[in-house]
Amino acid sequence: MTGVNSFQVSGYGPERAGWTRLFARDSLARRLDWPILAASVALSMIGALLIYSATRNRTELNQGDPYYFLTRHLLNTGIGFVLMIATIWFGHRALRTAVPVLYGGSVFLILLVLTPLGSTINGAHSWIKLPGGFSLQPSEFVKITIILGMAMLLAARVDAGDKPYPDHKTVLQALGLATVPMLIVMLMPDLGSVMVMVVIVLGVLLASGASNRWVFGLLGTGVLGSLAVWQLGILDEYQINRFAAFANPELDPAGVGYNTNQARIAIGSGGLTGSGLFQGSQTTGRFVPEQQTDFVFTVAGEELGFLGAALIITLLGVILWRGCRIARGTSDLYGTIVAAGIVAWFAFQTFENVGMTLGIMPVTGLPLPFVSYGGSSMFAVWVSIGLLQSITAQRPVSA
Amino acid sequence: MTNIPETGRNTRVQTRLVVIQILVLSLLGTLGGRLWFLQIRQGDEYAKKASGNHVQQVVQPAVRGSILDTRGVPLADNETRLVVSASRTELLKMKDDGEAVLTKLADVLGMKAQDVREKVRLCDAKTPQPCWNGSPYQPIPITDEATPKQALQIRERAEDFPGITAEPEAVRRYTAPGKANTAQVLGYLSPVTDDEIQKAQDTDSPFLRSDQVGRSGLERQYDKALRGKAGVTRYEVDNLGRVIGQAESDPAEPGSNLVTSIDARVQRVAEYELNEAMKAARNEFDRNTNTTYKADAGAVVVMEAKTGRVVAMASNPSYDPNAWVGGISAKDYKKLTGKNSNYPLLNRAIQGQAAPGSIFKVVSSAAAVEAGYDFDGRYDCSGSYDVGGQIFKNFESANDGMISIGRALELSCDTVYYRLAHEEWKRDGGMKPKKPHDYFYKAAHDFGLGKETGIDLPNEVTGRVPDREWKQKYWEANKDAWCKTGKKGGSYVEQIAYENCLEGNKMRAGDSINYSIGQGDTLVTPIQMATIYSALSNGGTLYDPTIGKAVVSPDGKHVEEIEPTSHGKLPLSKTTLAKMDEALEGVATRGTAAWRFGGWPQDKIPMHAKTGTAEVYGKQTTSWFATYTDDYAIVMTISQGGTGSGASGPAVRKIYDALYGVQADGSLDKNKALMAKPVAALPKIKADGTIAAPKMPEDPVKELLPAPQGTPPPGGDDPTAPQNPQNPQDPQATVEPPATGNRQTRRRTRRTGRTRP
Repeated sequence: MTGVNSFQVSGYGPERAGWTRLFARDSLARRLDWPILAASVALSMIGALLIYSATRNRTELNQGDPYYFLTRHLLNTGIGFVLMIATIWFGHRALRTAVPVLYGGSVFLILLVLTPLGSTINGAHSWIKLPGGFSLQPSEFVKITIILGMAMLLAARVDAGDKPYPDHKTVLQALGLATVPMLIVMLMPDLGSVMVMVVIVLGVLLASGASNRWVFGLLGTGVLGSLAVWQLGILDEYQINRFAAFANPELDPAGVGYNTNQARIAIGSGGLTGSGLFQGSQTTGRFVPEQQTDFVFTVAGEELGFLGAALIITLLGVILWRGCRIARGTSDLYGTIVAAGIVAWFAFQTFENVGMTLGIMPVTGLPLPFVSYGGSSMFAVWVSIGLLQSITAQRPVSA
Repeated sequence: MTNIPETGRNTRVQTRLVVIQILVLSLLGTLGGRLWFLQIRQGDEYAKKASGNHVQQVVQPAVRGSILDTRGVPLADNETRLVVSASRTELLKMKDDGEAVLTKLADVLGMKAQDVREKVRLCDAKTPQPCWNGSPYQPIPITDEATPKQALQIRERAEDFPGITAEPEAVRRYTAPGKANTAQVLGYLSPVTDDEIQKAQDTDSPFLRSDQVGRSGLERQYDKALRGKAGVTRYEVDNLGRVIGQAESDPAEPGSNLVTSIDARVQRVAEYELNEAMKAARNEFDRNTNTTYKADAGAVVVMEAKTGRVVAMASNPSYDPNAWVGGISAKDYKKLTGKNSNYPLLNRAIQGQAAPGSIFKVVSSAAAVEAGYDFDGRYDCSGSYDVGGQIFKNFESANDGMISIGRALELSCDTVYYRLAHEEWKRDGGMKPKKPHDYFYKAAHDFGLGKETGIDLPNEVTGRVPDREWKQKYWEANKDAWCKTGKKGGSYVEQIAYENCLEGNKMRAGDSINYSIGQGDTLVTPIQMATIYSALSNGGTLYDPTIGKAVVSPDGKHVEEIEPTSHGKLPLSKTTLAKMDEALEGVATRGTAAWRFGGWPQDKIPMHAKTGTAEVYGKQTTSWFATYTDDYAIVMTISQGGTGSGASGPAVRKIYDALYGVQADGSLDKNKALMAKPVAALPKIKADGTIAAPKMPEDPVKELLPAPQGTPPPGGDDPTAPQNPQNPQDPQATVEPPATGNRQTRRRTRRTGRTRP
């Protein structure tokens, strides 16, 4: 590329300045999916505002510093952003070789949670406390490694050109790979994460082109499994109560139904334009518990109204829409499966999180991607964005 | 989307990816739709819920306005008591939830710590009384009987008693100035009910749970004005009830004062004289029942004749309205409402009804003139009147010859009215009425009988005019029972029932005849008669009686006067009215009431009067005495009290003496007169709320000279006078009036008119 030239004018000729090279035709930057990136950053920033609004006077949480959660959220976003760049740098194909290690590491971490090192927050024993007030939720990372692991197994023979679709044995192996961490997470118990993982597995199987029988079989197993869980009493009482309160929020407005009730009042009272940022009485009055994490959407609903809340859903929609495009646009099945898995994950988690604040889904402890406060979740979603970017950037250039 | 050839991918994966994409979009669409539903469709509803969530109201009670007499003497005001209260929100801020403070407080107040703790705990399904069932943001009263010393201890060591206040608070007090009790007129307060709280919740004047509401009398009638407006401070609170901001604050507006036309001194005299008259009656022997009179109840009304304002209104038996203050005890309540109480809560001046007897003759006289009879005509005052073998007797069968209507009124000659009424009954078609004029019944309605006078007191009763319409309705309601118990030729009661069953819906000759002298089914209230006699005095205007004279704001700046309004004119021409006036003056000077007005300065203060003695089946006679001067009308009645002038006469005379300052020798002492002229001016209420009221004597009755005691004339002047040696039997009744209490045995004219069953 570097030919010798007698006169060089900046911007002309084969040799271009560094930054222009970055945006040159077919360059990495040109291949990145900018709408996804813009939406992710926008969501993280909206999240920062909402978290600040929800926590600035929760003195029992923020240790007297109204900016405590805001600064940490911004820090998490920054770290997430770096993780995304690193992921793009490595590329999803290069990561393929590291998948066994990543998978093993994440399973090791969730196993650690079950040891005395783990700690319980809100009834879920799914955290590892780290020094400095940080804590880790390894189940968030497992979501990625399940996607990567399954994609690696399912796509191996197909991408090699051996087979048009993954065969039964491969599918079985992939399912096994997913089941191990799911069982561990269920023991925590972190029902929300398990639900997300089931949806991820479904999405991955769908995208892999595996036989319809597997897809429907898995759906059937899921239904039977939940029935079994219900009947065998594996669920804790708080989880059953959450479902009962979902079915009838007026059941016990001071107890189980309180969250849903207050969340709905917060969102409903927002109206079209909301009460204005930092003006929400439900938020200021701290009526909605967990408002900086799982119920962060209620802040948007109350203070930003329908317009603000719909904007958040739209931005998430942009990511999902572009994600689907990326899944369809890449040539290798590996990339397709990874993108589809991420889409399934984000879509379900968004639906579940927003749905529970709107009273159409039962309450589970799932964060809203990018918006909710929480490091592990933030890192995981940014890494996922990095994967999507890598997939779209490394797609074959049309001749 | 069109890169299938590019990737060389088989279509199955591409189709599945499209399926995923559709699924994802539909999920997001669901969220959007639900969001729209909650925020746009149901947004208002949730906004309301949200504000209910985070706004708490603290209500500062308004001081209730005073009820003043016409000169500014308080009849009801407030006394200050030291109330020690605890603020729960403050206590909960402490580490031990205020436990230590409450224990210390119990020490100071000399109460058990346990009792204090129980008083401040909140009521719920599991907590028994005592507990606080008001708003947890409201200071909770622990005692309203703190001594000044205790209050001082608490206030001086405020830092030791965070959240505890010792504030003087207003509590209702019925002052009974000069022993004027005025109980039934003032009414009473009792705690607000849950229903009322609910109803008033969203109005501009919400109730406190600890609020008192007027339940009867003026307290009820003028409740809204007296109550004022409670102050409301709205606090924004968080989920734990901690105050995070003060939204808005409306200060409490104290209630307005009600100035009444009552004069506490006259009221006292009226109450005293009524009671004395009843006591005296109980010593009188009733020859009809062979016992002394029971005199179980009575009422007197003193009214300004030209305005309808009530100067005094007494009802006996009475009670102490302070019994209601601070919640009535079960014992007191039983005493006031129990079977043996004789219902002292009733205001018999507006709620007691009885047949009027001869004081009704003013109505009959007016009716006769309306019907075309000449007031000055000549009518036969025979000893008795015979209707188809049924004999209606005059008093003592007195025969006064041919006299005018005016003279008949003066002498209270029954037979003149019998004739007139019977003649009209025949003219109207007798038992087969043809377009009857019913002048006698129409006149009663025109005089305002059979309906409320419109006095500014709650639950006034209407009385009754027993006209054809009423008879028909009454018969329809009772005929089944009459026909069942009625028996031809049976006992008196059975015979009556039998006749009622046959023709109780018809106006019979006897009904009209009885009616003409105020006997039979007619019922009137003292306030109705006071209104009528005031109208006779003032030229014919029937005023709505009023007790409230003005509603004055607490600072005295805003005065809302209550103007007299009328509900009609007497159906009398000026000349007839003048003649009737003259006849009623005759009653006081030479007629049935003259012996009670001996030594009255008639030339200075023309007195008019009419006596009445109504019969009640199964009971002793009701005494009625209706009087008026140019300024006042006084009507008194005593149930089972004897004759009009006999039982009520002296009392009414003494009230007049007190009003005008009439001395024993008939001279007028202006200095002794309580109210020689009605008071038009209102008492002054200063800007700081103090009222310039004259000093009240301890008991106005004691300051009055004994009034001259008239001696009853011998014989005929008042045939009902107990001293009357003649006619030891049945002095007045020619007919038996119905038992008002027991309609079943509604009475029927006795054939003989002489002996009782």
